[in-house]
Amino acid sequence: MKSRSLMVFALLAAAACGGKKPAEAPAPAPAPTPAAPIDSTAIKARMRQDSINAADARARAAAELQAQLSAQLTAMINFDFDKSDIMPGDMANLDRKAAILMANPSLRIQIAGNCDNRGSDEYNLALGNRRAAAAQRYLINKGVSAGQLSIVSYGEERPVNPADNEAAWAQNRNDQFMPTAGGNNLMAPK
Amino acid sequence: MRRVLALGIVTLTAAASLAAQDPTPPIDRGVRVGITYTAGTRPRLVVLPGPGLDSVRTIVQRDIDFSDRFEVLPLSRGDAAGTTSSVNYQLYRTLGAAYGVEIRPAGTGVEIRLHDIGAGSVRQQAVVPLPAETDAGFRMAVHRAADEVVRWITGTPGIAATRLLVLVGKRAYRVDSDGGALAAVTSSGETVLSPTWSPDGRSIAYTRFLDGTGPIMIQPLAGGAPRPVKGTESQLNFTPAFSPDGRTLAFARTDQEGGTDIYAVNVADNCCLRRLTVGRFADNLSPTYAPDGRRIAFVSTRPGSPQIYAMSSDGTDQELLAPFDYGATGASNAPEWSPDGASVAFHRDIDRAQQIFILEVGSRRFKQLTSSGRNSDPTWAPDGRHLAFVSDRSGRGQVWVIDTESGRIRQIPLSGEARLPHWSRHVGGTTP
Repeated sequence: MKSRSLMVFALLAAAACGGKKPAEAPAPAPAPTPAAPIDSTAIKARMRQDSINAADARARAAAELQAQLSAQLTAMINFDFDKSDIMPGDMANLDRKAAILMANPSLRIQIAGNCDNRGSDEYNLALGNRRAAAAQRYLINKGVSAGQLSIVSYGEERPVNPADNEAAWAQNRNDQFMPTAGGNNLMAPK
Repeated sequence: MRRVLALGIVTLTAAASLAAQDPTPPIDRGVRVGITYTAGTRPRLVVLPGPGLDSVRTIVQRDIDFSDRFEVLPLSRGDAAGTTSSVNYQLYRTLGAAYGVEIRPAGTGVEIRLHDIGAGSVRQQAVVPLPAETDAGFRMAVHRAADEVVRWITGTPGIAATRLLVLVGKRAYRVDSDGGALAAVTSSGETVLSPTWSPDGRSIAYTRFLDGTGPIMIQPLAGGAPRPVKGTESQLNFTPAFSPDGRTLAFARTDQEGGTDIYAVNVADNCCLRRLTVGRFADNLSPTYAPDGRRIAFVSTRPGSPQIYAMSSDGTDQELLAPFDYGATGASNAPEWSPDGASVAFHRDIDRAQQIFILEVGSRRFKQLTSSGRNSDPTWAPDGRHLAFVSDRSGRGQVWVIDTESGRIRQIPLSGEARLPHWSRHVGGTTP
């Protein structure tokens, strides 16, 4: 960071000297060139640039955090065939969601349950609802306010992967999580 | 002279080549449980050639064939000139025909005569007014005439003057039971699930599927906008079914605790929503009324997997309807009570593929009707003998019709993946 500022300063100083490249500076002149004068314009520019860079960095870090929180919040969980039990491997995922929801009381999310297309079309609407409710119940048990959560079911009507094979079916048996309010500027859990 | 004419002109196709001409396979190899298709045991029937009216004869002949009550002897077409007022009974007797159906022009319609070939006489006749061939009502009027011929012989009408509702993509379509006159009945802008006929066939109910929620809509088919059923404005409301008198609609509704329960609402007065099941830890869905309106069969997950239950139409007296082995029998879904009340058709998972079953309500015995491919969502024809269902046996989901007596099946070809069929009662009554 520091070296970068210095470099910027050097470039600015060079620019202030009429744009001549240092390598071409004439050597024989006897009079010693005075030390670069304190150029207040350059310092101001440097300070401005420093603060821009710092703000950029903060914004980048904040955006990264938001993206990370958002990704954690919306990461799907999956289910076994015709099951609505939360799988142990998905509990850490849900725990992160619970923490984010508790750190952001105005955040509301909708949980949508989905099914693969092998079960009965209409039964899958009920199964999807049960899958959404399973995640909802888990989050409430972790301390999330029930008012922050709502559930819907897409049954088998909105497959993530329209293919007809084991891998696609496994992907399509899921809960999806979508912020419906307060999803911007999330606070990170402590 | 007339006799010679008839003999010389009528070209008869040997019965042996019947199967080759039939576009649908006569026997489903995937059909079992005591169903055997024995050609020749049904009375033979011939639609007599005559001048003009080819399109009427073609439809009537196919309708009578699809009733699966006769062996229809095909005559080659376009070879019938002159009058048929004198029928060559002797000729048709040698072909083993028991019945001859004569169709000839009469005023603005046709006269249909049923000949008893053995007795050599006209057994029944009627004049049937027909709209112009270009009229939207033409095919249904011809279907009604064909159903009447079946009734003359068997005592019960055929099933030609009926339609099926079916989902293709996001839209619901209706199609004549012979596969003709396909027409969209819902708009292209909405996503539809669970389409069902009202008993009088004048309107349909369906789920308007929104973002994971959806009301049940009732749409009059004569025109006018669909209207939402009171009490279905929130949550997801699906699997609507009309009571036989058309006054009540039963349906399933999700709740925010993850459950699904069955409700009934008075659609005649758009009031009086009441809950019929309380499944705190179970889902209840897919209601279907018995023809007397007093019982409802439905799906419940109370034993851990979806199985077929029944209750009184007020929600009391709930019981298991289709026996199953706990932990061994696959999921059972999509029940539909037969029009005669004696049976409930449903599908059950066998090795993760659904197959069609028919449960005899009295004895609680059932038989498996299909075994090849995936077969689901059975729906009864008004004769209580034919079932339509979705099968992927041809590669993708299509509607197939099976005669549960003979096992003969045929496809109703639709361009696209077909889902969730529902068969109407007779359109506009049973008599022409």
